[in-house]
Amino acid sequence: MSEPAVTLRDASMVFDAAGGEVHALDHISLDISDGEFLSLIGPSGCGKSTMLRLIGDLLVPTGGDVAVRGKPAHQARLDRDYAMVFQAATLLEWRRVAANVELPLEIMGVDTAERERRAAEMLHLVGLDAFAHNYPWQLSGGMQQRVSIARALVFQPSILLMDEPFGALDEMTRERMQMELLRIQEQTGTTIVFVTHSIPEAAFLSDRVAVMSPRPGRLVEVIDIDLPKPRVFETREDPRFFAAVTQVRESLRAIEEAT
Amino acid sequence: MTVDRWRRAVPAVVLFASGIALWEAVVQVFDIKAFIVPAPSAIVAALFSEWPDISAAATGTFTSALLGLALGTALGIGAALGAVRWPMAREGAMPLAIAANSTPIIVLAPVANSWFGLLSPWSSIVVVAILVFFPVMINLVRGLLSAEASELELMASYAASERTKLWKLQLPGALPYMFSALKVAAALSLIGAIVKEYFGGSQARLGQYLTLKAGNFQFEEVWAAVLVAAAFGIGLYVLITLAEKRFMGWHVSVRAANV
Repeated sequence: MSEPAVTLRDASMVFDAAGGEVHALDHISLDISDGEFLSLIGPSGCGKSTMLRLIGDLLVPTGGDVAVRGKPAHQARLDRDYAMVFQAATLLEWRRVAANVELPLEIMGVDTAERERRAAEMLHLVGLDAFAHNYPWQLSGGMQQRVSIARALVFQPSILLMDEPFGALDEMTRERMQMELLRIQEQTGTTIVFVTHSIPEAAFLSDRVAVMSPRPGRLVEVIDIDLPKPRVFETREDPRFFAAVTQVRESLRAIEEAT
Repeated sequence: MTVDRWRRAVPAVVLFASGIALWEAVVQVFDIKAFIVPAPSAIVAALFSEWPDISAAATGTFTSALLGLALGTALGIGAALGAVRWPMAREGAMPLAIAANSTPIIVLAPVANSWFGLLSPWSSIVVVAILVFFPVMINLVRGLLSAEASELELMASYAASERTKLWKLQLPGALPYMFSALKVAAALSLIGAIVKEYFGGSQARLGQYLTLKAGNFQFEEVWAAVLVAAAFGIGLYVLITLAEKRFMGWHVSVRAANV
């Protein structure tokens, strides 16, 4: 097997807070394979967002190591190995849709013609060609989030870090976005680390689901999802899907009962 | 759309015209003395007969106001950029700036004459610049710091430099704050320039003209000069609003108001 895309070794994160130290993450060790779809799930305060930010070098662990393709996370960020997608689309409201998608390329010094070509390609991938010249506020929440996914993928990062990206969307939009994300991953081969609160979402999307417990944030169990790929609409009706959902749910319930 | 805009202006025009008519009627019917309030017709007559003096005085005063506005705004922008770049400086300077902004700085006007000499144009320019400096600096600092955490994380995930972050995120995001500050600053610049002139200086200035005519009980002339100052103030405001529409059409305030 090829070397893992992401490696966490005894990664810990302690925050100084008003009431004393908060152990957000406690000795997390995990390998994420190249091209894998891994979800992080757990109750609020279990440190899943913190873990995402350690991988992305937006936070520096107070203990242990985070490596990406054998490099320290910091170097990987400087090399533009990651892209982030947040719960809010976080589009810059003074830029039109196409200009928002071009933003990372602009920062990376890509020339105008190439920027426009790649932004158009990404907008096509997320089905928003017709909205290139609109402002973000003219788009629905789901469309805005698709723009933010296009922006994240436009510079072809090897790892996509997603922090509850579909959390603010209605159920119908959410299911459509899930299908779209899997289709995009199939086309691009991007490794995805996905934070979610939703058990069915984690089960439907993931190769593996990492279940976490709060205070201190610990990795309780990593569940392999035994479902064929590509996942399709009928996957949600597959008995193996229900089995996966049940397995994740029981793991989470065990945490609740223990705390 | 233009027809629609004219139609929306109708209530304001009608209200203004009937206000003037009522004013004229009340002055005529009750035979109100000019030192209390002259009739609009008398003010307009004075404006024509006194135009050479008033226009010369106004030109001098408005030049001071505009130069002071430009200088104070430039210094305010510089100070805000410095305060955002160096948090230590910000923590020291911001409380002082906010305190200074809460004092009636205009009371310094007589002192400025002794700094630069009664006839130096600098005494007016500097008073105006000081008045304008604080609201510009304070608002711009707030604007530059108004970027959301996720927007800053987005920039960090692209490994964007400080300069890139400033140009692509913080400055565009601060535009609404900057334009609010400019509207306040424009009004302050006129007040500053005229009030400063009450305390002496060249005769060919609005402040001196006003004190002289009021002392002579020539209130038609006083009101004519006030009218000119008001027209200039409104003109300045309109210019700023046009610039706002041009550079900030994306912002919710411009989108919604569209006036």
